[in-house]
Amino acid sequence: MVNIGVLALQGDFAEHIEMLASLGANAFAIRRDEELANVDGLIIPGGESTTIAKLAIEASIDTIFNTIQKMALSGMPVYGTCMGSIFLAKEIEGSQQGRLALMDIKVRRNAFGPQKFSSEQLVEIPEISNEPFPAVFIRAPIILTCKPNVKVMAKVPQGIVMARQDNLLVTSFHPEVTGNKAVHQYFVKMVQDAKKSSGSKSPIESVTFYPETAIPVTQIS
Amino acid sequence: MVTEVKDAAGIKTGTDLVKRALPQMLKGGVIMDVVNAEQAKIAEEAGACAVMALERVPADIRADGGVARMSDPELVAKIIEAVSIPVMAKARIGHFVEAQILESLGVDCIDESEVLTPADEAYHIDKKKFTIPFVCGARNLGEALRRIGEGAAMIRTKGEAGTGDVVEAVRHARTILGEIKKLTVMPEEELMSYAKEIGAPFELILQVAKEGKLPVVNFAAGGIATPADAALMMQLGVDGVFVGSGIFKSGNPQKRALAIVKATTYFNDPKMLAEVSRNLGEPMVGRTARSLAPEEELATRGW
Repeated sequence: MVNIGVLALQGDFAEHIEMLASLGANAFAIRRDEELANVDGLIIPGGESTTIAKLAIEASIDTIFNTIQKMALSGMPVYGTCMGSIFLAKEIEGSQQGRLALMDIKVRRNAFGPQKFSSEQLVEIPEISNEPFPAVFIRAPIILTCKPNVKVMAKVPQGIVMARQDNLLVTSFHPEVTGNKAVHQYFVKMVQDAKKSSGSKSPIESVTFYPETAIPVTQIS
Repeated sequence: MVTEVKDAAGIKTGTDLVKRALPQMLKGGVIMDVVNAEQAKIAEEAGACAVMALERVPADIRADGGVARMSDPELVAKIIEAVSIPVMAKARIGHFVEAQILESLGVDCIDESEVLTPADEAYHIDKKKFTIPFVCGARNLGEALRRIGEGAAMIRTKGEAGTGDVVEAVRHARTILGEIKKLTVMPEEELMSYAKEIGAPFELILQVAKEGKLPVVNFAAGGIATPADAALMMQLGVDGVFVGSGIFKSGNPQKRALAIVKATTYFNDPKMLAEVSRNLGEPMVGRTARSLAPEEELATRGW
């Protein structure tokens, strides 16, 4: 069985935990650094990215992000939904808010506009299923551009809504509110595979959490 | 105006799922009352997960009296422009035209609120007609399920807004959560009578009895003034908190706002709560809910 943590600072973490548990994973909420000790994979849920960024630059919580960063760089699978994808992105259009800056993607926050444009729509994710996936977009971000090392997994007319870079997975939409387990199943598989091959971990790079004031300069084609 | 729109590309907006999912993303967070763009910026910078636009904070509505209405659309538009987090705004109970105006302005959620002067003493807004979600106040399960039956996508306790006294919010949260618990162990043949007794739609009673929770997110509101108040409500089992007068009627709004945000995340950690509660300056003055004359009670507005 794999242990999957769900970052529970703010957002719909309970929905993720419920879905992971239904797939047989040992899922639990993560609010502090030490709770990451036995985690094989991590989900960063939907929520408000400015709220999490604010909590993140507070000294007492800073370390949790440094730990997540180190674990992700050493191969731990991380899946970000909606806000989680903003948090994983190296570049956020027009914003310098705190983030993990792990994935070579540039995102636009709130790309569809206010809540009246939030929607449900069927999205093709060929890698996961032949059946279209019922995607729920809530004031959702979109991936504007990504480097060639990022695999685009799903698109809508406005842009990219699902992508993977090695052990990092992001969706603009919220599979956790739909009852359809396909995307979570895919992530659980990623965690299982990573756990099996954990002997071949790459060395940990030395990085620190990017606070609001120090922005990584990333050129994305 | 219809609730569910499906365009040629098969994109559906305004469905129950989409409306209920917005509040789900706000869970574990703090929604702060603001009256202008400056306050909205302060709230966002302090980590609010959404702001609530209204004409005057409840403490001022109590102090000044008069009719309390929807905010000036100019102020609402400026607040929407000023922040990237969701913007909610209050409409009077039953005032569906205020709600139409707020929806057209692009607010993300409408609070059909007893804090404003009710526009209709018999009927609430038909919330199913709107594309955006509504949050409504409730004192008990019957009231919560009636609002959900009308289309509310989020429930909050009414508490007693503008008092800084958390006692009514506690009462309402305990009542709602207690009644839900009671439903889950109730023999099936008693459910119809219970639905009749509390005036709730039977289908929703069946659903709550089966699932042991409301079908929508449930926040606390009305009288929350300190980090400890916020954590108390979270420990009682609500999904998040609204703070009204508690922040901008206190001595140091920035500091208090951030402290309440942290307390809502780390609600189960007394050491952290002690830490964030230090040196916050003067809390709002407040008045006890018990000292209110019946005509001053806001929670009794609506049915």
